[in-house]
Amino acid sequence: MHHTYSEKIKESLKLVEAMREKNIMSEPNRMTSEQKNNLLASFHPDYNEKYFDTLKIGPNKGDRVPVELANILQSHSRIKPDSVDLTKPDFETDVLIIGGGGAGAVAAIEANNAGANVTIVTKLRMGDSNTIMAEGGIQAADKPNDSPEIHFLDAFGGGHFAAKRELLAKLVYNAPETILWLEKLGVEFDKDDSGDMSTTHGGGTSRKRMHAAKDYTGAEIMRTLRDEVINRQINVIEYTSAIELVLDKKGNAAGAILMNMESGKLMVAKAKTVIIATGGAGRMHYQGFPTSNHYGATADGLVLGYRAGAKLIYVETLQYHPTGAAYPNQILGSLVTEKARSLGAKLVNKKGEVFVHPLETRDVTTAAIIRECSACDNGVDVGDCRGAWLDTPMIEKIGGEGTIQKRIPAMLRMFQKYGIDIRKEPILVYPTLHYQNGGLDIDENCMSTSINNLFVAGEVAGGIHGKNRLMGNSLLDIIVFGRSAGANAASIAKQITLGELTLSHIEKYEEEMLSAGITTSAVAPKLLPDYTNNKKSTQK
Amino acid sequence: MENTVSIFLFGKKYEVPDNLTIMTAMEQVGYVLLRGCGCRNGFCGACATFYRINDDKPQVCLACQTKVQDNMHIAALPSFPLKKQIYNINEISPDETVMMQLYPEIYNCIGCNLCNTNCPKGLDVKAYIESAKNGDFKRCAEQSFECVMCGACASRCPAGISQPQVAMLARRINGKYLSPESKHLKDRIKEIENGDFSELIESLMQKPIEEIKELYNNRKIEK
Repeated sequence: MHHTYSEKIKESLKLVEAMREKNIMSEPNRMTSEQKNNLLASFHPDYNEKYFDTLKIGPNKGDRVPVELANILQSHSRIKPDSVDLTKPDFETDVLIIGGGGAGAVAAIEANNAGANVTIVTKLRMGDSNTIMAEGGIQAADKPNDSPEIHFLDAFGGGHFAAKRELLAKLVYNAPETILWLEKLGVEFDKDDSGDMSTTHGGGTSRKRMHAAKDYTGAEIMRTLRDEVINRQINVIEYTSAIELVLDKKGNAAGAILMNMESGKLMVAKAKTVIIATGGAGRMHYQGFPTSNHYGATADGLVLGYRAGAKLIYVETLQYHPTGAAYPNQILGSLVTEKARSLGAKLVNKKGEVFVHPLETRDVTTAAIIRECSACDNGVDVGDCRGAWLDTPMIEKIGGEGTIQKRIPAMLRMFQKYGIDIRKEPILVYPTLHYQNGGLDIDENCMSTSINNLFVAGEVAGGIHGKNRLMGNSLLDIIVFGRSAGANAASIAKQITLGELTLSHIEKYEEEMLSAGITTSAVAPKLLPDYTNNKKSTQK
Repeated sequence: MENTVSIFLFGKKYEVPDNLTIMTAMEQVGYVLLRGCGCRNGFCGACATFYRINDDKPQVCLACQTKVQDNMHIAALPSFPLKKQIYNINEISPDETVMMQLYPEIYNCIGCNLCNTNCPKGLDVKAYIESAKNGDFKRCAEQSFECVMCGACASRCPAGISQPQVAMLARRINGKYLSPESKHLKDRIKEIENGDFSELIESLMQKPIEEIKELYNNRKIEK
C-alpha cells in the first residue's frame, strides 16, 4: 500500500524542502489583468480551438462548444415519441424536480414549504451529486470589513465581467441569509467559541469570506438537506432518470419522460412546473481531462433543455480546478481543496520555485500550472503525466502543528491511504475538470429564458458566475437559486391547469438535424459514463 | 510491465492490474456500475465493500479508495436498510430525551466494538454512540463528523443500532441548537434587510464595464 516518491521525484522534493522557509516568507506578485489575459489565451483549455465545434442547430446555432458537448447536444432521443402514451401519465405532481443533489433538495424543501406537491427524481441515490464532494467552503460577506458589493466585485471580475449582473446581485445579496438558513437546518460551520465564523480567502477573493465545515463543507450541507427532505416525507424516486422533457401544446414545460435505471421501464410524469437540477458535466472528460466530479455528472440537463428549445449560455467555458491530484494514479484528478492554498500552501515547480500567487482565480492558476508543466518544462514527471508541487507542509509551519488535521482532514486521509503524509511531504497536482461555468440560460426567477414553467437551479444553470467561478460561490449558488426555483415553481404551479401533453419537439429536432446534414449515432442524455474495459484512461 | 493480481468479485476470479482500485478493477473487467458507485472520491458512502484476503478476518473499505490486493475476495454493500426516524428539527428537544424517543436502541449497545472494526473511515463509532447516549451531542458530532453514512457499522451491530442516523441527528442538533450564534452574521442580515447596501449594489448594476474593471483591478485585498 505504501507509495514513496521515486528517486527522481525525490530529487525535486529536496529542492522544495530546501526552499520552503524562503518560499513561506515571500509573497508572490499578483498578475496584472493584461498578464492574466495573455496567460489564459495561451494556456487555458477553453482557448484550445481544436477541442471545440460549432453548433449547427438549436437556440445556440453558430455558437462554439466543446466537441464532446456538441456530440451529445446534436444527438438522437432515447425514445420514439409515439412509443409512449402521454394521455396516461404514471403520476401527476405540482413540481417535478429532476436531480437529487444540493439544488434539487433545496428546491424541494422550499416548494414543500410553499405547500406544493413535490416529486424528486434522481438517476442515482438522493444526495448523489457534486455538492457532496464540495470541500472548501461557501462564500458570504458577513464580516464587518466586507459587504455584498465587495463580494459582487470579486465575483464579477473573477468571472471576466461576463456574469448576468442581476443574477450575481441576487447571489451575493442573499448570501448571509443563506448561511443562517443552513444553520437553522442544523448545518455545522467552523467558528470560534464566541460564534465568529472561521473564514478564509479563496482564489480571487479580496476579503476572507469562505465559511466551511472543515473540508467536508458540501458533504455536511448535502447530508443535512437529504435528512430534511426525508423528514418532510417529500416523494423521492431514486435510480430514475429523466430522458426527455414533456411540453404542453403552448410549448410550456409540463413534465418528463422518466426511465427506471435498473429495469429500463419508462414512465410519464405530468407536472405543472419542472425544475432541472441535474448538475454538471465533469464525466464528459472534455479534452481528455480527469475530473473531480461525481459519477453522474454527464450534462444531462443541458441535453434535456436544449432539445426542447432552451437556450444555453457560456457552456464553452469550463472550470479546470488547478489542484487535482496528479499522484498516485489511483486518485488522479481527485480534488485537492483550494482551502489548502487558503491556509498557506504554495504552488512550486520542480526546481522548488514558487511560480504563481496561490490565490489567483482558478482559471489563471490552472493556466499557470499548465504553462509551468509544458512551455516552461518545469513540471515534475510522474509517469503518465506531469505535475506541480503543492507544498502542504507550509500549512503546518504557518498555522501551527495540527492545522491540517483540524481544517482539511479529508485531504490528510486521502493521501495517507497511499502512504503520503501531507503534513510532512508536499503533493503533486495538475488541473482537473471541475465545474461547468455556463449552462441553461435563466432569468432572475430561475425560469428558463426560452421555456415557460421550466425552472433551472444549480450547476446546470448558467450566467450567474460569468466565464469563471470563484471558490465557494457554487455551494452558495445551489442554495440561493435552489430556494428561489423551488418557491417560484410552487407559486406558479398554483396558477396552472395542465392541458394536453406533447413530445413534438423530438420530431422537430430530428428534422432540424436532418436538414443541417447531421448524421450521428449518438443518443443522449448520456446518464452514465462508460468505463468498462478501460475505455477511458482518465477514469479513476 | 504491469503486475497483476487475482481478485474474486462476488466469488468469480479475475486477473487485474495491481494498480487499480476495487472500483476501477470492477469496471475494467466489464461491470457497468449503477449501484455501489457514487462520488468516487470517498465522500458519499455508496461503495462500502467487504473483502477478505486468504483466511484473514473480513475487512470493510470504500471500493473507490482501496487498491486491489492479491487473493482479495470482494462483495459490495451498495445499500443497507438503516432505521431513519422522521422528526421535525424545529420541534425536538435538544437533549438526551430525543435519543430515548427516536433511537432508544443505542442504550442496548453491548460495547462489542464491531462498529469500529467495520468502519471504512476508521472512525470511533462506539465512542460517538456513547456520546449520544450521554446527551453530549457536540462531542458526538465531532467524533462522527467524517461519517459517510455507508451503513457498514449498522450491518454488523448486534443491537440493531443505525449509527449513521444517530450521528446525523446529533450533528443537526449541534449545528442548530448548540453552536454559538454568529453576531456578525445576524448584524449583516439585519443591515441587508434595512436596505443598507441596496444603493451600492444598484450602482454597481448600472456602471459601465470599464469603470467596474477599474474598481476590480485596484481593489484592496485583505492580508
